[in-house]
Amino acid sequence: MTAPDFATARRPGSLNRKPTSPRTLFASAMTVLSIFFTLLALIPLVAVLAYVLANGLSRLDVAAFTQLPPAPGLGGGGFGNALLGTLLTVAIAAVISIPFGVVAAIYLSEFGRDTRLADWVNFFTNVLSGVPSIVIGAFAYAVVVLTTGTFSAVAGGVALAILMLPTIVRTAAEALESVPNDFRQASIGLGATRLQTTLKIVFPAAVPAILTGIMLAIARAAGETAPVLFTASFSQYWNTTIWQPTATLSRLVFSFATAPYPGQQELAWTASLVLVALVLVTSILARLVTQRRHK
Amino acid sequence: MTSRLQSARQTDSIFRTEDLNIYYGNFLAVRDLSIDIAKNSITAFIGPSGCGKSTVLRCFNRLNDLIKSFHIEGKIYYHDQDLYASEVDPVEVRRQVGMVFQKPNPFPKSIYDNIAFGPRLLGYKGDMDELVEQSLKQAALWDDVKDKLKAFGTDLSGGQQQRLCIARAVAVQPDVILMDEPCSALDPISTLKVEDLLQELKEKYTILIVTHNMQQASRASDYTAFFNVEANSKGQRTGYVVEYERTEAIFQSPKQQATQEYVSGRFG
Repeated sequence: MTAPDFATARRPGSLNRKPTSPRTLFASAMTVLSIFFTLLALIPLVAVLAYVLANGLSRLDVAAFTQLPPAPGLGGGGFGNALLGTLLTVAIAAVISIPFGVVAAIYLSEFGRDTRLADWVNFFTNVLSGVPSIVIGAFAYAVVVLTTGTFSAVAGGVALAILMLPTIVRTAAEALESVPNDFRQASIGLGATRLQTTLKIVFPAAVPAILTGIMLAIARAAGETAPVLFTASFSQYWNTTIWQPTATLSRLVFSFATAPYPGQQELAWTASLVLVALVLVTSILARLVTQRRHK
Repeated sequence: MTSRLQSARQTDSIFRTEDLNIYYGNFLAVRDLSIDIAKNSITAFIGPSGCGKSTVLRCFNRLNDLIKSFHIEGKIYYHDQDLYASEVDPVEVRRQVGMVFQKPNPFPKSIYDNIAFGPRLLGYKGDMDELVEQSLKQAALWDDVKDKLKAFGTDLSGGQQQRLCIARAVAVQPDVILMDEPCSALDPISTLKVEDLLQELKEKYTILIVTHNMQQASRASDYTAFFNVEANSKGQRTGYVVEYERTEAIFQSPKQQATQEYVSGRFG
């Protein structure tokens, strides 16, 4: 074979960009359009943040975090008990849902893969994630509040745990499934049992992604109102036990935003701001955990 | 074409298969396999893609058990124990019969922990530092990594990763090491290093190696089994051994036409 004869080879036309050609014009127009709609979609988010920030900043003082809500009609005071209550109920929810969720995910991904039971668990997890949160609240009310005879942080925690469970199961199962099969084979090939392979190789490799899922579930639960509405209920006072009505930030916003007193309304805005900040920080932390894995 | 094959004459065999048929569900993947594997030797499996070399290899440490539809007919003996007898624990088998995979697959852990993983599983009580050093030396990797045992195994080069996997397999002091195309992802220099390594390892271990590289089989192995594949009327492709002999015989005076054509590169 001889080299191609370049002198007689086909000469290409000009390679320069032609800004006025119909194709280039169309592409530019579509780019502008897509940028416009993207900005449009961002407006609600920016508006909410700006509104919450503008209204909430005026009462963002130390007292807001450390004091109890003021009596109706009075100014001052804070939502210290509600902040603590949110942390408390979410902590209870996490303690319940994380072990259940992660162990279920390990079953789905490592031991039950392709079994009937796993298919059913997957199906019901999906159903559960679609159940309206008010229904979950009603369930926790019936199961915990009515049997124990009191609204409580535990009842709120149970409701939030049920809410968090599908998210944790699904993200953890995905995290485990994305661990390369090469690792499992290598471990089994060295004479490890499936349990040893799961606990010592697969699970550690999936931990960052599992943590991300847990953080996102926590962030969502912290902001939910409906499940705590009639489970944790509300309180004007500090918690002394987990078996008493407990204030939460979301519930406080619900009550105070519609109260006819300016002092309460201001606090509701500040509480909203703190709640948004809490959710935002948790989500950012979740991101950071995932990124560190890729280093 | 003979389906029943004469085994290469050996005195001391580690594995012996008798009329082995390997199935995935109803699909017959490999048929009529009757071979002996000699102790302290290197046995190479060569043949075109899809002829069942890896499938056969993975029968010897029962790694195929992970595939649900897999089952066999016939027998595989390991030191005269029926490897697929119901009382045999596959986990025990894999502790005796180690494996190195096609793609280097170190764990996302430190070099040290990669080596120590297997011995720890077995409850190794001796000096772990020494075992790690020994294993890395046996895999000719010690000089490359002795100053960075805490570094991640996954940060090594491909060739080093594969030697790390060999060191990891050696660390549990197995009887046999199975290698499934261990050099296919490596450059020629790393490949030569691994081949040199095989010669040293066979002093202590029995090695079975699947390879697509015929020069590698002829350079590095003592015995060679040539596999081929045949489609039945339904289009299912079943592998079988055409010829199993000492490596020189396979490459210099093959008895079968197909072997002759394959080793001379005219087919496959």
